[in-house]
Amino acid sequence: MIKLTNVFKAFPKGGLALKDVSFHIAKGEFVFLTGHSGAGKSTVLKLVYADEPPTSGEVRVSGFNLSELRRKDIPMLRRRLGIVFQDFRLLEDRTAEENVAFALEVTAARRATIPARVMRVLTQVGLAAKAQAYPRELSGGEQQRVAIARALVNEPTVLLADEPTGNLDERATRGVFQLLRDINASGTAVVMATHDLDLVRQAPYRVIELQEGALVYDSAVDELRDQAASP
Amino acid sequence: MRLVLREALLIFRRAPLLSALSVTTIAFSLFAVGLFGLVAVNLQQALRQVAERVEIVAYLLPGTPIESITLAQKDIEAFPEVASATYVSEDRALARARAELVEFRDVLQELERNPLPGSIEVKLKAGFRDAEHVNEVADRLRGFGFVDDVRFGRDWVEKLDRLQQIAAAVGLVVGAAFAAVAVIIIGTTIRMAVLQRSREIAIMRLVGATDGFIRRPFLLQGAIKGMLGGLVAIGLSYGAYVLINRWLIQAAFFTREQAGTVVIFGTLIGLFGSAASVGRHLRRV
Repeated sequence: MIKLTNVFKAFPKGGLALKDVSFHIAKGEFVFLTGHSGAGKSTVLKLVYADEPPTSGEVRVSGFNLSELRRKDIPMLRRRLGIVFQDFRLLEDRTAEENVAFALEVTAARRATIPARVMRVLTQVGLAAKAQAYPRELSGGEQQRVAIARALVNEPTVLLADEPTGNLDERATRGVFQLLRDINASGTAVVMATHDLDLVRQAPYRVIELQEGALVYDSAVDELRDQAASP
Repeated sequence: MRLVLREALLIFRRAPLLSALSVTTIAFSLFAVGLFGLVAVNLQQALRQVAERVEIVAYLLPGTPIESITLAQKDIEAFPEVASATYVSEDRALARARAELVEFRDVLQELERNPLPGSIEVKLKAGFRDAEHVNEVADRLRGFGFVDDVRFGRDWVEKLDRLQQIAAAVGLVVGAAFAAVAVIIIGTTIRMAVLQRSREIAIMRLVGATDGFIRRPFLLQGAIKGMLGGLVAIGLSYGAYVLINRWLIQAAFFTREQAGTVVIFGTLIGLFGSAASVGRHLRRV
């Protein structure tokens, strides 16, 4: 569903951000994308949601070949993805409910269905009671839940999360992580970029590690190889 | 559409100060254009009034039969340039001279024979009161056998001509400059509104909003701001007009169409300014 093949990414002033990265993420998978800051985690995600084009190599996401993607097709791709950031990126002057509804309004969803769909995802993330609250009235963890609700409301096949717990305290981190696991359990693939190794160790999910733009470890591949090597 | 309107109005509600500022900026830019327009309108009107006095007089040979004159008068009135052709008989010329030239009343009273010739006074239609047309009509009048002489203030007509050309050229250049300044200033305020919302635009794009969806509320609010600015500018111009009229000179105000043009101009600047700003912003993110 997400497939990177020999992807290079060079920034005009930043040098080579990704060097020959290849991996494949299947439907319904949960994948950690790890590595130090600047290792290329965010760049990988940006390529996946077509914020940046690859310099060379092929990126395929949910049936789209991103090298051939025209600008006007980008919104269609993004409607199939849910995206969550470290800094939540909520609209400050809209309530939680309006923030979530907004993601539906831009997609020409039937207006009559919007309130019910919004309440359903807000309930799913445990914030139904705070639907009328503005982002500034919510804690960091709650804001991230609103952002996750917004990402889910279009029923994406994959949720991309770029350091979703980076701004949260330990308790909120655990809550948000559990929420992402629940979402994955109900069938949505989750790609979570994080450098929180404690979190990574807590769960038996696939880990892809980047170092200075190169893929240095992929548990799916390396564990198979390790098994093959030890009879 | 309802969504676009809601989003457009939200822009006003969220940034009332900036919105008021842009409307004010647009209003004053258009006010400058409007004031200049008022000057131009009044100057043009003054020149037109002067031009209305352009008159060609064809003096007739004494003894021309009245039938020929009436016929000629009809012919002349049929010229495309001519608004009216009035026959002034010798007697009327004398009566007029007596009434107008009071100082010579005694002299005129004692005349035994009327020395004044009869004439046909020709007024031209608007748009034909320039030197070229005046000359042409004068030449044609000379063609009548019983016309002795044709007079019109040649120098005067030519000067008026040049004055009108200068006024038009200056009006065009200065007007264009004012309009350009207005466009630039208005474009800048709209750009500010777009930049102020760049974070929001980025979020819209993330959740899959199309460029058109993002653009539309901006276009609408830009047009609304431009229209409001235009209306305020007309209001300001009217205030200025009232003051000028009271304290300085009798002046004319815009016709309804001209006022409408200013408002439409503002609306279009708002619309296209927004389109350019948002377009440029979207291409960059």
